[in-house]
Amino acid sequence: MKYILMMNCPKTGYDTFGAWPQKDIQAHIGFMMSLNKALRESGELVSAEGLASPHEAKVVRAGKDGAPVTDGVFPEAKEFLAGYWIVDVESPEQAYAIAARASAAPGPGGAPMNMPIEVRQVMSGPPEDLL
Amino acid sequence: MTSRPWDARSEHLLRELAPQVLGAVVRRFRDFPAAEDAVQEAMVAAAIQWPREGFPDNPRAWLIQVASRRMTDYLRSESARRRREPAVAMQSGYLAPAADVENGTDQDDTLILIFMCCHPALTPSSAIALTLRAVGGLTTAEIANAFLVPEATMAQRISRAKNSIKTSGVPFRLPTSQERTERLRAVLHVLYLIFNEGYTSSVGPQLQRSDLSREAIRLTRAVHNLLPHDGEVAGLLALMLLTDARCAARTGPDGELIPLTKQDRTLWDQQEISEGIALLTATLPKGSIGAYQLQAAIAAVHDEAARAEDTDWPQILALYDLLQRMSDNPMVMLNHAIAAAMVHGPSKGLGLLDALDADGRLAGHHRLDAVRAHLLELAGDHQAAIAYYRTAAGRTTSLPERNYLLTQAARLTEGMTNPASNDSTR
Repeated sequence: MKYILMMNCPKTGYDTFGAWPQKDIQAHIGFMMSLNKALRESGELVSAEGLASPHEAKVVRAGKDGAPVTDGVFPEAKEFLAGYWIVDVESPEQAYAIAARASAAPGPGGAPMNMPIEVRQVMSGPPEDLL
Repeated sequence: MTSRPWDARSEHLLRELAPQVLGAVVRRFRDFPAAEDAVQEAMVAAAIQWPREGFPDNPRAWLIQVASRRMTDYLRSESARRRREPAVAMQSGYLAPAADVENGTDQDDTLILIFMCCHPALTPSSAIALTLRAVGGLTTAEIANAFLVPEATMAQRISRAKNSIKTSGVPFRLPTSQERTERLRAVLHVLYLIFNEGYTSSVGPQLQRSDLSREAIRLTRAVHNLLPHDGEVAGLLALMLLTDARCAARTGPDGELIPLTKQDRTLWDQQEISEGIALLTATLPKGSIGAYQLQAAIAAVHDEAARAEDTDWPQILALYDLLQRMSDNPMVMLNHAIAAAMVHGPSKGLGLLDALDADGRLAGHHRLDAVRAHLLELAGDHQAAIAYYRTAAGRTTSLPERNYLLTQAARLTEGMTNPASNDSTR
């Protein structure tokens, strides 16, 4: 079964992250890279992406003639998707365990950040098993 | 050497030979991961050389010889790497001549390989991947594609499975009769999961990925040929055929789910139905009836009805009674409730669902809500049926199923505001 693990953070999070000491930024990035590597090697990783800064984020709708109408400049406190993993695991508990690993990524001073990670199952049913 | 153009038949031949060759090489060298690589290389060599130089007289022996040569090279470099004398490899028999290669043990080898790949120590997803790779002869890319994961991820999954078999030290031999029942159960379960994966397409928006179902049928047929007297193997093959026969009628033009009662039965594959029924007819009188045979028998009763209203529900109910006595499975109880409702009326079925509520194992499962919605609709309580269809839609993780359930709720809702339109859509 596949799960998406979504890491959300407020818009301001991107700015404060950039202001961390260099060694903390490096430790954080190194942690994420080794997590992805471990998930790839365990045969669980479907995909993982980090998303660019929400400062350029736009909400787009189709206008009258189908042309894009954009909406932007969001309040600082608004939460944005910062990155996600899609994993293929045998049970929800395994997905939660991976989310907890990601959540404990090191922050300033190397302390675990314990970020909230939203875990949702990807639409796909386990085989209907009678026996 | 005989000259013959390279075509689909040649591909098919390689696919058929792959597990036999792998089995023979594993038996000789006892190193599953390395043997798999060696056989892969031999397959590639065949695909290059045979079209150019003609087919060998004995393709299987040719492949075993080439793969064994690769193995020998590999073991030599391995032992050099470990600074061991080549004599060590000699002593352990690794480099012994292929005395038994020409003997007719290929069938046993295929069977042993299946038993190995479906080892109960592996997780289902690992066992499925390994079986498709080693016995089914699918490429890693094909398997990855079928399960919608990146090739690298599937490659890791397969290589971990191979290594855990290597480290578990499973001997390459037929399981003893004591182990046999347990192991065969695991094998049939893996084949059943592969079939289901293709049939219900648990991944992604497509409802059917018939290539996986076809592969499951091919592998089960192979096991049936090796163990023709096992009733459950025949039962599983019959179940797959009798279910797959309805494949073309099961989805509409846009991939939407069409339930059994609404299917165009002229689209059912009569050849598969007769083969499935023939298999059942041959095994049922042999005594000891298992769960796969019973499920196949139920599928056969459905397949034999020319119209939904001709379905012999009393017989289906009797079969579910037997199945329920055999396995304490809430899904069987659920299907039993449907059959009881069809025979004795919806209120009887709804009463049985209350018992399932009390049982608790299906609590929160969308299937329970969907069946309750269906029975409430049959009982005429459309208001409650709509609510349960919607609850079920919110709980399923299958997209086609969610769309189907929401459509059912919408149909009943429209029928309530405009009663005249209800009959026409039923």
